Amino acid sequence: MDWLATFLHAPWLPQLLEGTGVTLQLFCWTLVLSIPLSIPIALGRMSKFWPLRQLVNVYLLVIRGTPLMLQLIFVFFAPYYLSVYLVKLGLLSTPLQTPDRFTAAVFAFVINYAAYFSEIFRGGIESIPKGQYEAGQVLGFTRPQVFFRIVLPQVVKRVIPASANEVITLVKDTALAQVLGVLEVFTLAKKSASSNVSVMPLIAAGIIYFILNWVVSWAFIRIEKKLDYYR
Amino acid sequence: MTDELATLPASAPLIDVRHLSKSFGESMVLRDISFSVYKGDVLTIIGPSGGGKSTLLRCVTHLETVSGGTILIGGDAMVRDGVYAEKKALRRICLRMGLVFQNFNLFPHFSVLRNITEAQIHVLRRTSAEARATAMGLLEKMGLAQKANAYPCELSGGQQQRVSIARALALDPDILFFDEPTSALDPELTGEILRVIRALAAVHMTMVIVTHEMAFARDVSDRTLFIDGGLIIEDAPSRQLFDAPLQNRTKAFLSRMTNE
Repeated sequence: MDWLATFLHAPWLPQLLEGTGVTLQLFCWTLVLSIPLSIPIALGRMSKFWPLRQLVNVYLLVIRGTPLMLQLIFVFFAPYYLSVYLVKLGLLSTPLQTPDRFTAAVFAFVINYAAYFSEIFRGGIESIPKGQYEAGQVLGFTRPQVFFRIVLPQVVKRVIPASANEVITLVKDTALAQVLGVLEVFTLAKKSASSNVSVMPLIAAGIIYFILNWVVSWAFIRIEKKLDYYR
Repeated sequence: MTDELATLPASAPLIDVRHLSKSFGESMVLRDISFSVYKGDVLTIIGPSGGGKSTLLRCVTHLETVSGGTILIGGDAMVRDGVYAEKKALRRICLRMGLVFQNFNLFPHFSVLRNITEAQIHVLRRTSAEARATAMGLLEKMGLAQKANAYPCELSGGQQQRVSIARALALDPDILFFDEPTSALDPELTGEILRVIRALAAVHMTMVIVTHEMAFARDVSDRTLFIDGGLIIEDAPSRQLFDAPLQNRTKAFLSRMTNE
């Protein structure tokens, strides 16, 4: 078990674990912000008011039609370059600061993942039978009550399997934050790999992602079981 | 029963529908429908599929918007000459009506008990103790008290339909509507639902029932409407309509139904 000892005492391991913390923060912030945001987006996509519906459509097309890596770069650099342009036009006195790297990454991830989650939620909302709305209405519930008390809880159960896919992808996508130099686990693993002339840090990073997703899968199985009390 | 009922003259109908029409795009589904239902009456609506029975029920319970005509509930205009009452009044009027669906439409994520208490608590603002007591009383009457904590998916169709009747009754409606309450049930389960409706008729619950159960309609209801092609073809006391129909289309329909 020599190799295990070497591994556990590797000088780069503490750094990698610190990076894992950053990865987890990125992951949690994205989930906590993008899921609630996705519900109004899904409703906007289903709105009878066509300008809103079109606006959401364009957003979905752009976000799903361009690479997430490009979106990360755009969110980071766009405020400065766009504001320089606005200064030239005399609409702004000084150009905006480049945002904090971590904040920019969270922002891009939230915008991106909200798009995917909103489509999952839309599918879920549309799969609820019309009779549920009608029963709610006949019993005197207001429209928000029907949505939040009757429809949404049933939607949650239906979107769990599709969401699990998305969340697992998110764990791995956090590695893209390296393009902004966010010190998450992949960025650090790559750095250590080149400074130590060893693939071990990269293998370690792989193991870390694998374990994280193992936990995610386990959590989703638990949630599915918990919601199994009704059809 | 609400106080408004007490002030209503005994001669005034509880439901008064006049010249109601409904079209979906180009097609007219209901034309010039007029009928009334008095307190304590049971009205059944029969007729071939696609004839407009269910649409009529859905118009009166405000699940569909009428194209024209007037609907008065307990003297209050839900819609007058195609113009609907303002939102608050409309809501108050609709709360006087309960509806039992063909497919039950129970809330699958709530227990039987919560299916019945939810609207009492969040619509009528009853305390949860009150709501629970009402619900348990109704479940007792339906013979389902032991199923209070079960989920709808664990019940038979007949039991689910009884729960949905209890859910509607819990809000103390003045009128209870049934949209083909036994059509989604296995034949051996229809009896339990018809028994419940008969029991309600015995205590003079005002009811409007769309049904394909001819013998039941003849027995339980005071009056029957025969609707076909979006028109009321015949409106008569039930015995008369079933035993001696005046219209040829009613005769043809009834003989078709009894030959099956």
